[in-house]
Amino acid sequence: MVDIRIPIGFMFSILGVLITVFGLTTISDTEMYVKSLGTNVNIIMGLLMLVFGLVMLYFAWKKKKA
Amino acid sequence: MRLELTWIDYLIMIIYFVFVIGIGWFLKKYMKNANAFLEAGRSMPAWVAGLAFISTNLGALEVMGMSGSGMKYGMLTAHFFWVGAIPAMIFLALFMMPFYYGSKARSVPEFLKLRYDEKTRALNAILFAVMTVLASGISMYALAILMENVLGWPFDLSLWISALIVLCYTYLGGLSSAIYNEVLQFFIIVIGLLPLVVLSLQDVGGWAGLKSSLAPIATANGYAPDVYTTTWSHAGQANTNPMGTAWYGIFFGLGFVLSFGYWCTNFLIVQRAFAAENVNAARKVPLIGAIPKMFIPFLIIVPGIIALVLFNDPSKNFTLPLDASGKPIYDYTIIMLLKQYLPAGVLGLGITALLASFMSGMAGNVSAFNTVWTYDIYGSYIRKPTGNEEADGKHYLHVGRITTIVGVLLSICAAYIATKFGNIMDFLQTIFSMINAPLFAVIFLGMFWKRTTGHAAFSGLLIGFLSALLHHGLTAPVGATTLVKGGWITVLHTYPVEMAQNFWTAIIACSIATLVTVGISIVTKRKKSDADLKGLVYSLTPRLVEENVPWYQRPSGLAVIVGVIFLVLTIMFW
Repeated sequence: MVDIRIPIGFMFSILGVLITVFGLTTISDTEMYVKSLGTNVNIIMGLLMLVFGLVMLYFAWKKKKA
Repeated sequence: MRLELTWIDYLIMIIYFVFVIGIGWFLKKYMKNANAFLEAGRSMPAWVAGLAFISTNLGALEVMGMSGSGMKYGMLTAHFFWVGAIPAMIFLALFMMPFYYGSKARSVPEFLKLRYDEKTRALNAILFAVMTVLASGISMYALAILMENVLGWPFDLSLWISALIVLCYTYLGGLSSAIYNEVLQFFIIVIGLLPLVVLSLQDVGGWAGLKSSLAPIATANGYAPDVYTTTWSHAGQANTNPMGTAWYGIFFGLGFVLSFGYWCTNFLIVQRAFAAENVNAARKVPLIGAIPKMFIPFLIIVPGIIALVLFNDPSKNFTLPLDASGKPIYDYTIIMLLKQYLPAGVLGLGITALLASFMSGMAGNVSAFNTVWTYDIYGSYIRKPTGNEEADGKHYLHVGRITTIVGVLLSICAAYIATKFGNIMDFLQTIFSMINAPLFAVIFLGMFWKRTTGHAAFSGLLIGFLSALLHHGLTAPVGATTLVKGGWITVLHTYPVEMAQNFWTAIIACSIATLVTVGISIVTKRKKSDADLKGLVYSLTPRLVEENVPWYQRPSGLAVIVGVIFLVLTIMFW
């Protein structure tokens, strides 16, 4: 059957890029990030999700090659 | 208490739904017969089934309820994740799974039929089917109410849309699709709630800051200063901790009867292990699930505890909606925290995590209902297999698909009944929660005592259930205003808290079921021969040979790792 890591990898990579870009476009909006104690959580979480997604895809790709 | 979502939040949600349905659509071509649809072809790797195992349990009511309990009881809530889960999961993996999986049973009721007889299976299958539909209806109701109150989405719309999405992916890909999506949901729940934990902890000054802010609150409530951040320290007596339960109630009631009843016999959960690719993988499933399970308290209970600090600090501007009698509705804790800390973007992720937790719970119910109905009720009493495997496989696949639709429709009905007769639904749910404790006694005796007979098992299940009902009818928690909470015959005993009543109901049901099953087994004769019971009973089954892999990849080695982490956490938060 399909390797579940492939859809997980794609979904988190796409969401990661989306949220990172959104974080970058709102980088000057300090009012919006008062809630999150001044941290731009979108950039941090976005990058984290992107890395997670790529790691999943890497493992799926490695398994397929083997 | 309204939460405003923006386009980015909706976009995140939509991308998630596209993937959820996409997985079902992708798996559709593998669904050639009933075995693939209802048992995932017994082909899942251990880690996939293991994460699904824990994700099914991580439903929306669990996430919302447990963070609410974190706010009410503090770290004591972690008992539900540690002593109330881990020993039972280890026991299931090491001692019960060889017989469950080795019996080739496709469901827990079918195991009862193989080990005992037809009537025991029928009793369990029917009760289970009703309970599952009810449970999924109640969680749909809770979710739709939440979405209406917090996001302003119309009740009917969120009910039907969420049901439709779950229907799509379980209809297309059956159990495989439910399991794959549960893995996806597991990761989205963890990642979606992660920023909440980090930010809220940062806000109260870390763990040390949290402890010092909780001390005056604990003292004001009449407890020791560290009561909200410890688990066993103040469990010596019932009145020294907010849970109102002493150590023996927690240890025996939750840690033994309730947790073994739930984790070892609830088909909803163990079905994930049945789908594993071989017996060793099936034994590893609960152990792999146990590792994230132990850390979930940091994700959902800790924010709940922080909410208690925020609630008592007017400068934080944190409120909870109040019910008709003016008490805070604790189930809203997590969503109000999302509102407090998360800006657009990650907020959408957090809401998606809640929706995902709801869906994993509901899809679990639907897929379990499906298997029990198709194999144990339809396939046993309405149209038995003809013997032509290929035609049967196609026929039951078709029935399984229709059952998926019917199951979802019945859950929607249950959700609407809950809107009109909430008390009746609460009552039914309490009653059905009494099924598992006697079931554990009966399955346990069946696996480890070869003398146990079919008549004994049937009587044990029935009398155990009835005695739980009787206990519930004769006792009530302090201040119970409705008969739903108990005492509907007359009140002979009053418990300080509802939880204590639940624990004792389970203890009594399990003990009586054991006594009855043992007693009747002694006076009746077993109908199944020793050969029939090979693979089902410990003393009649050849020992399993351990795989030739490194120790940490074996079930026993993994169990040691889980046990050590469990002990370390228990001591750290003693």
